[in-house]
Amino acid sequence: MTAMLLQKRRLSMRTQEALTCYLFLLPWAIGFLAFVIGPVIASFVLSFMDYSVVTPPRFAGLSNYTVLFGEDTRFGLSMGNTLYYVGMYVPLHLLVAIALALFLNQQVRGMPAYRTLFYIPSIVPLVAGAILWVWILQPEWGLINSLLNLLGIEGPLWLASTEWSKPALIVMALWGSGSAMIIFLAGLQGVPQHLYEAAEIDGANRWQRFVNVTLPMLSPTIFFLLVLSVIGSFQVFTTAYVMTGGGPAESTLFYMLYLYRRAFVFLNMGYAAAMAWILFLGILALTLVQFTLANRWVYYEAERR
Amino acid sequence: MAQQNLMRMPSAAGVLSRTASIRRARRYLGRVTTHAVLLAGAIVFAMPFIWMVSTSLKADRQIFHWPPVWIPDPVIWANYPDVFLYAPLHLYFINTMIIAAANVFGAVFTCSLAAYGFSRVRAPGRDAIFMVMISQMMIPAIVTLVPLYILYAQLDWINTFLPLTVPAVLGTPFYIFMLRQFFLTLPMETQEAALIDGASHLGIWWRIIMPLSTPALATVAIFSFMFAWNDFTGPLIFLNGREKFTLALGLQAFLFERRTIWGPLMAASTMMTFPIMVVFFLAQKYFVQGIALTGMKG
Repeated sequence: MTAMLLQKRRLSMRTQEALTCYLFLLPWAIGFLAFVIGPVIASFVLSFMDYSVVTPPRFAGLSNYTVLFGEDTRFGLSMGNTLYYVGMYVPLHLLVAIALALFLNQQVRGMPAYRTLFYIPSIVPLVAGAILWVWILQPEWGLINSLLNLLGIEGPLWLASTEWSKPALIVMALWGSGSAMIIFLAGLQGVPQHLYEAAEIDGANRWQRFVNVTLPMLSPTIFFLLVLSVIGSFQVFTTAYVMTGGGPAESTLFYMLYLYRRAFVFLNMGYAAAMAWILFLGILALTLVQFTLANRWVYYEAERR
Repeated sequence: MAQQNLMRMPSAAGVLSRTASIRRARRYLGRVTTHAVLLAGAIVFAMPFIWMVSTSLKADRQIFHWPPVWIPDPVIWANYPDVFLYAPLHLYFINTMIIAAANVFGAVFTCSLAAYGFSRVRAPGRDAIFMVMISQMMIPAIVTLVPLYILYAQLDWINTFLPLTVPAVLGTPFYIFMLRQFFLTLPMETQEAALIDGASHLGIWWRIIMPLSTPALATVAIFSFMFAWNDFTGPLIFLNGREKFTLALGLQAFLFERRTIWGPLMAASTMMTFPIMVVFFLAQKYFVQGIALTGMKG
């Protein structure tokens, strides 16, 4: 009798605990269902519809997708611009961040001050930074062309030139490499010192130590940042929107900017949803490829110990 | 290892001291080069920032001057009050603060509550739900953007702060994840003792876990504040009346309308950056911790 009661009580305690747990998760779950899962499904359905907000949605079959891959030249153009940006920015970003981290990982006086200086640009709010760079890149009175002028070089028109607009945005983005640098620094500090000592005894010079110790030990961090920055830079939007508005001559019309226009300027909601799915699946595929290739070059110490 | 070195060491003391002095000279030279490179790099990275502040303190005569003037002479403060002639920055500031406050509240309270549930309360299916939340982090915002706009339009939420606050108050997976990882490191014994003494989970969360977690809470608070402060896409899509603009959106409009008055534009940019700088210098270690933690995921 008492044993049964006790068991019952324990059971109810366990149910109570479970209920408490679910209750704690409830706010997130509500948000997840209402603002994530619901919209994901809606977005998928919408991508097969014509919907311009003012008239009710109409089923359109695959037409959004066929138009995108067929007649819409801006789709290819904006994708090309985005690929250019990703292809230039991602490797440069990783290179700059690694180089900074290597330099800032040395034991010299004043290191915290140096680290702060390199990190600060990455916490400047993106819009404030964008406005600042419009001024810096201003062809006549901007800082860069003024300095180039001092060297006797006539600077390009930067944001007003179809040739230089994308590189200008890339340079500005590289300015904010500080947070990746911090992640690399954390990675560098995780490299066991005895590996360097062993390499030194084996007669490895600086470069050999870098290639054979630092790079392999850093490869998980490189991989992590590579994946993140590919995902992020495919969605480049704010700088282009603020600084160039997609111009000149659509040379900075990136994919997200075009998607934004389709959705919120032309109100082609179904079309924009289709664009979003194409980008999402593209990024997903690319990420999966990166994970497959990772086995060949990413070194996880834990696995080989 | 030490033995090997000893064996290789030349016996003559003179050779020893000469190699030592060469080594010292080389190390000195190396240090000087390091400083030179670091300083050059630091100048390049700091230059745009200095240029922003410097321009904001200049009169037009010095803004449009060649060669560039670095130190304003005289220092002109007028650009700062002038900003308010073109853009109601104080209003944008209040709007941004309201949105940021809701975001920080969500990160600190709702997210930590969920993180407590995920790490310290047992329930069937809990870990499966956690995996669902992790996959939620993989869904990019663009996929949900269009339907969210339609949803908010139907709820009559467009041009209110609700789209920028309600989802954040309900919880953000990334912050839940960060806090859960931290809560897992806290000892279980106190909690079990408190439970036996009849404390509720809510009480344990509030009286034991929260006070022990101030570093982690500070990190998520800072991250959510920075996100709300800097976010441009959200306000751009969901707000359209000037009286509702945030700083990011207001500054963009200001640039769009007056692309030539660089003094006030730089003053406005400086004013938007300043609070972030203050937060950064007050809470530097939480920044670095948070970023390192982000990196640790890989």
